[in-house]
Amino acid sequence: MTITRREIIQQVTALLGGAALIGGDRLLAFAIDDEALTQAMTEGVGRFTPADVALLDEIAETILPQTSTPGAKAAKTGAFMALMVTDVYTPESQQLFRDGMRSVDEACRQAHGVPFLQAAPAQRLSVVEVLDREQKAAMDARLARPSNRAPAPTSQNDDPAHYFRMMKELALLGYFTSEIGCTQAMRYIESPGRYDPCAPHAPGDRSWAGHA
Amino acid sequence: MQRPTEDFDAIVVGSGISGGWAAKELTERGLRVLLLERGKNVEHQKGYPNARKGQWEYPHRAGRTRAMIDAYPVLQRDYPLNEKNLDWWVNEQESPYSEIKRFDWYRGYHLGGRSLTWGRQSYRLSDLDFEANSKEGLAVDWPIRYADLAPWYDHVETHAGIAGSIERLPQLPDGQFQPAMALNCAEETIAGRLAKQFNGHRRIIPGRNANLTRPLPGRGRCQYRNACALGCPSGSYFSTQASTLPFALATGRLTLKTEAIVTDIVYDQDRRRAAGVRVLDAQSSATTEYRARVVFVCASTLNSTWLLMRSATDVWPGGLGSSSGELGHNLMDHHFRCGANGVIDEHHDRNVYGRRPTGFYIPRFRNFFGDKRDYLRGFGYQGSASRQGWQRAVAELGVGGAFKDAAATPGPWQIGATAFGEMLPNHANRISLDPAKTDKWGLPVLAIDCATGENERLMRRDMMNDMAEMLEATGVKNVRVFDNGYFPGMGIHEMGTARMGRDPKTSVLNAHNQVWDAMNVFVTDGSCMTSAACQNPSLTYMALTARAAAFAADELKRGNL
Repeated sequence: MTITRREIIQQVTALLGGAALIGGDRLLAFAIDDEALTQAMTEGVGRFTPADVALLDEIAETILPQTSTPGAKAAKTGAFMALMVTDVYTPESQQLFRDGMRSVDEACRQAHGVPFLQAAPAQRLSVVEVLDREQKAAMDARLARPSNRAPAPTSQNDDPAHYFRMMKELALLGYFTSEIGCTQAMRYIESPGRYDPCAPHAPGDRSWAGHA
Repeated sequence: MQRPTEDFDAIVVGSGISGGWAAKELTERGLRVLLLERGKNVEHQKGYPNARKGQWEYPHRAGRTRAMIDAYPVLQRDYPLNEKNLDWWVNEQESPYSEIKRFDWYRGYHLGGRSLTWGRQSYRLSDLDFEANSKEGLAVDWPIRYADLAPWYDHVETHAGIAGSIERLPQLPDGQFQPAMALNCAEETIAGRLAKQFNGHRRIIPGRNANLTRPLPGRGRCQYRNACALGCPSGSYFSTQASTLPFALATGRLTLKTEAIVTDIVYDQDRRRAAGVRVLDAQSSATTEYRARVVFVCASTLNSTWLLMRSATDVWPGGLGSSSGELGHNLMDHHFRCGANGVIDEHHDRNVYGRRPTGFYIPRFRNFFGDKRDYLRGFGYQGSASRQGWQRAVAELGVGGAFKDAAATPGPWQIGATAFGEMLPNHANRISLDPAKTDKWGLPVLAIDCATGENERLMRRDMMNDMAEMLEATGVKNVRVFDNGYFPGMGIHEMGTARMGRDPKTSVLNAHNQVWDAMNVFVTDGSCMTSAACQNPSLTYMALTARAAAFAADELKRGNL
């Protein structure tokens, strides 16, 4: 199917206006999603260049690498992250995220003398482990609450999230909602047909992915 | 009986849960019925294009974009805004309303209305609810009691198909149930412990839901996909399309018109009866008048009252049914988003198979069983237990292969529930016409002025703390309370504004849902509710509609209408 980015945007815009796409053909919608990710990789999306998408792919792959199941890169997670930041994040969060991409590169240069894309997988992992500890500490401090018997604040702290938490969250979301994530990393049956409220579960058995 | 000169025997305004039932019952009783729906047609099954899509088939994985948020300033306030079924929610640019105080109004303007997207929880009211206003001297007394409605609950449950368990609870009557969808092993464990505590007054029971566990004519049993709000390929949950409309059409006596906006009910001042309705074509804006002997107004709570307010204004400036001064008043909802959750560190060798489209229910126990609180009425809980998914990994420390593989396996069982609390009827909570704003079709829009009060505020403490207490008492770990905040409308259980009563001076409708001011006009959706109870209300609308339809058909035969 040949479909341009402009046409995709027009159709997505129609979707956002509550018309056209929903009610359209199921396979067409699927093609658009996959096409949008492929196009983001080859042509970029929003402010993200193909090189940006490649960097996000490697960050995501370092967080969620290939094991006995495919990794984040195979699921086009970098392109998904770029699409989500472009379409969903506020301008302020977008800037934070993009600054964060530079911070990842800078951290890698300082630790290993090369930008992230040129670093070896072990070097990338060591960089990402440090950033993960940093974001975890920052986010835990931000969300701390005094007591289990007092409700959490109804509006979340307005301080911006740590950029690496954004990356990790988008990588997890993008991977585990992808077809690979649902059907290979986890298990998915569109129509289970029956309900067992107490089925056996052995260690290592994978999760069941949810329906959309 | 005189040969009718009307175009139809009955007109039903609205095709949602109540309107679908009115159409079915009236046609099956021999009436020629015109069913009017303001929105577009949605065909059963063919009209559910997203029903089988995986998460990865949505560009934003079923999430929401900034453009969607901008286009849906109300819908974006809570979960309904997402990529999956956006066209089953109202276009807010075409159909605005005014908020004197914040009121989240989630509307579905299409054939089937919110019967396509509803939560399907189905509970009977009891005399604890029907007698509450009278006993407390609040608002007005319901003109009916449980015994009046019980046979009609039987009737609608049998046809709709409600899965549920027999529990013999005085505050939550049993019904004509299909087999329940069982509690899972974690829920069963907690339910067993809870039943032995609190004098047995607090119980976890399987949710009662309008999903089939046994097939019914034309409908298959649930396939445990849990994607109900996208439309069901096997027609397994109750909707207009799956359950009521096919039976109405099968009589050969139903005429269905979509994109037909009823602008007003035509009132015959000499006969003190409605003569019919005026309809605006949503596409062409052409107007047509249809005549009938009775009119059933089932347009959903606020929309039904909105229609009454636009009708017969030359006789009553406040509209048809306004002579009591109560039309538009006593708006209610259920307040919720408040409860507790925790972790069950047991059953590590168990998980569920299949996706159950319901959870558990904890029937009301406050201000009952001899309990007395510093507020009136009470609340029930809806919740579930499940093993944690990959989402838990977001907040966990870790990256790399072992982290990824662990995230792909289930975490421990978690359990949580939110209360649904009764909101008191209050004359000050009202809707009115906004003279300064019109919708796409030139109709003056509704202005909503509604807030919760001190009773609800006091109740919310218990709603939060009681759940934590029950979880801790049953061995649940890491118990945390939550109150995510509530504004009226969020429950999507809007009720009242045309209440039933015993006296035309203080109510809009009588005991058979007839408008006191025009006895051939029936309002049978949530508008009619005299109090809100704390149970999900749709099943009660079904029962009230079926009862009113039978009454109307009998009265027509007797020549009384």
